[in-house]
Amino acid sequence: MSPVELFSQPFMQRALIAALLTGLAAPAIGTFLVQRRLALMGDGIGHVAVTGVALGLATQTSPLWTAVLVAVLGAVLIEIIRERGQTNGDVALALLFYGGLAGGIFISGLAGESAAALNRYLFGSLTTISPQDVLVTMVLAIAVVGLCVGLAPQLFAVAQDQEFARVAGLRVRTYNVLVAVLAAVSVTVAMRTVGLLLVSALMVVPVATAQQLTRSFRTTLGAAMVLGTLASVGGLVAATFASYEVTVAPGPTIVLLALAGYAVAWPIGIWLRHRARLREPFASGQAAPEHDACGEHPHAHGPGCGHLAVPHDDHVDYVHDGHRHAVHGAHYDEH
Amino acid sequence: MTDSVAVEVEDVSVALGGRPVLRGIDLAVHPGDFMALMGANGSGKSTLVRAMVGLRPLVGGRVRLFGTPLDEYDDWCRIGYVPQRATAGSGIPASVWEVVAAGRLTRRRLLRPLSRADRAVIDDALEVVGLADRRRDAVTNLSGGQQQRVLIARALAGEPELFFLDEPTAGVDLPNQQVLADTLGQLKERGATIVLVAHELGPLAPLVDRAVVLRDGRVAYDGAALLDHEVHQPWFAEPHTHHHHHERPAADHVPQVSSPVDRPRGEG
Repeated sequence: MSPVELFSQPFMQRALIAALLTGLAAPAIGTFLVQRRLALMGDGIGHVAVTGVALGLATQTSPLWTAVLVAVLGAVLIEIIRERGQTNGDVALALLFYGGLAGGIFISGLAGESAAALNRYLFGSLTTISPQDVLVTMVLAIAVVGLCVGLAPQLFAVAQDQEFARVAGLRVRTYNVLVAVLAAVSVTVAMRTVGLLLVSALMVVPVATAQQLTRSFRTTLGAAMVLGTLASVGGLVAATFASYEVTVAPGPTIVLLALAGYAVAWPIGIWLRHRARLREPFASGQAAPEHDACGEHPHAHGPGCGHLAVPHDDHVDYVHDGHRHAVHGAHYDEH
Repeated sequence: MTDSVAVEVEDVSVALGGRPVLRGIDLAVHPGDFMALMGANGSGKSTLVRAMVGLRPLVGGRVRLFGTPLDEYDDWCRIGYVPQRATAGSGIPASVWEVVAAGRLTRRRLLRPLSRADRAVIDDALEVVGLADRRRDAVTNLSGGQQQRVLIARALAGEPELFFLDEPTAGVDLPNQQVLADTLGQLKERGATIVLVAHELGPLAPLVDRAVVLRDGRVAYDGAALLDHEVHQPWFAEPHTHHHHHERPAADHVPQVSSPVDRPRGEG
């Protein structure tokens, strides 16, 4: 089958739509989770959702809906434990991690389900999505993206400074629960794409990549959504082409592609921060107390002379060999 | 109750983890007041401000904001709260402009983009604290004093009439304290009511027209502005003292412990 034929197959087009929407929705809510330092919450919800999937398989109902239901319950529970307890929520997460995973495997065993059925949800199976599932995925993903972007100012304020948000009259608890519910929904949306065990990667890795290169929240949110989409659609396409030669699952390919993006962005981020620190203007009033002219100077500083020019009060200091030279008439002063 | 009292605190008690921190506080802040809440560390001054804005539940008593009991109060755009600077940043970078714009949420409707007027107010708030040129920078790249000014700009962006500032000068260097004082001076001129928690007033001292000193969770002094050194005198507002301030060092009866190889003090 040629690539063109393959991509015009209905199952492939469904897979592409699902990948595109997952790639948008997961990093959108993931940004708010990372901002709250709850990067692993997606993973916790993913484990809880395993129980939901197993319940759906056992009762012959749609695993997608039972997963949404159980994941939302789990997410709200995590939020309540986090709010009530004085801990920062990692113990709550751990409890739900293992409870959810054990419950799921236990129930699917009771129901006599094969491991393969559960596996489709644990590791994703983009190419076996039914038309109804695609429709549900689309609706849920668009809802997640719409709420994340539309309520971004409120969600940002609540996560940035909870006490200020409360005094500003925002319903902090409602927004906290909303984030938990949205996280749960996007976990179930992403469950068929990358699988419940890898879902957190798509929520966190694009965000981590984006914030290497950004200085503001909105650009981080936007860049994470772009990177997530690139990774999920790119991963699917790459896996499809690779499948001519070997067996390649789309889910892990997507995650590995996202991680590759991080590996590229990380050194760039380090370099950018280093550069920004060097170019930070010198604090005012730090000139040498007395006029300190430097002796013979072998070369004329200027734009493009190769030495770092850093703003200092109303002039520019040229940095070289640990000195700061500022132009003073025909010579240079040590600053 | 009329609107003539901005904040009314009546017999307020607050407990933290079961321990009483504030006991029977009575206080009224009038519109246009510039009040400094002072006292030693642990005297309950921050807790009192947090109780006034509803961040600490009351064990007893009542707080009214503009005549409305705190439970029913919902006119939050009249309040500007400047919390103590959080040292830990959040997981995602946030620009100065974004943090200040968050203060405008008190006056924005859900799902509406910022209007031109909103943007103008945010720009003005950045201008007042002198950070207009740093608006694109990440907040975490600013110095402590500059971060404090960002938090004040955030409160300003909501155009409130009543400000609560929790230790705005703590850990802030003198030049930044001066900028803070200038900013608060401008607010005072605009007719804002200001409640300020401070351990030391520093350059803010000339602005304060009323001082309230807390001691062990009670109001120990309420009256004209005080100088820093007056508040922190050991005898200040101590009940049952008659202000004979002999500076006798506290005698300690603990025997001196030293090991045989220690040289006695003053030798060698």
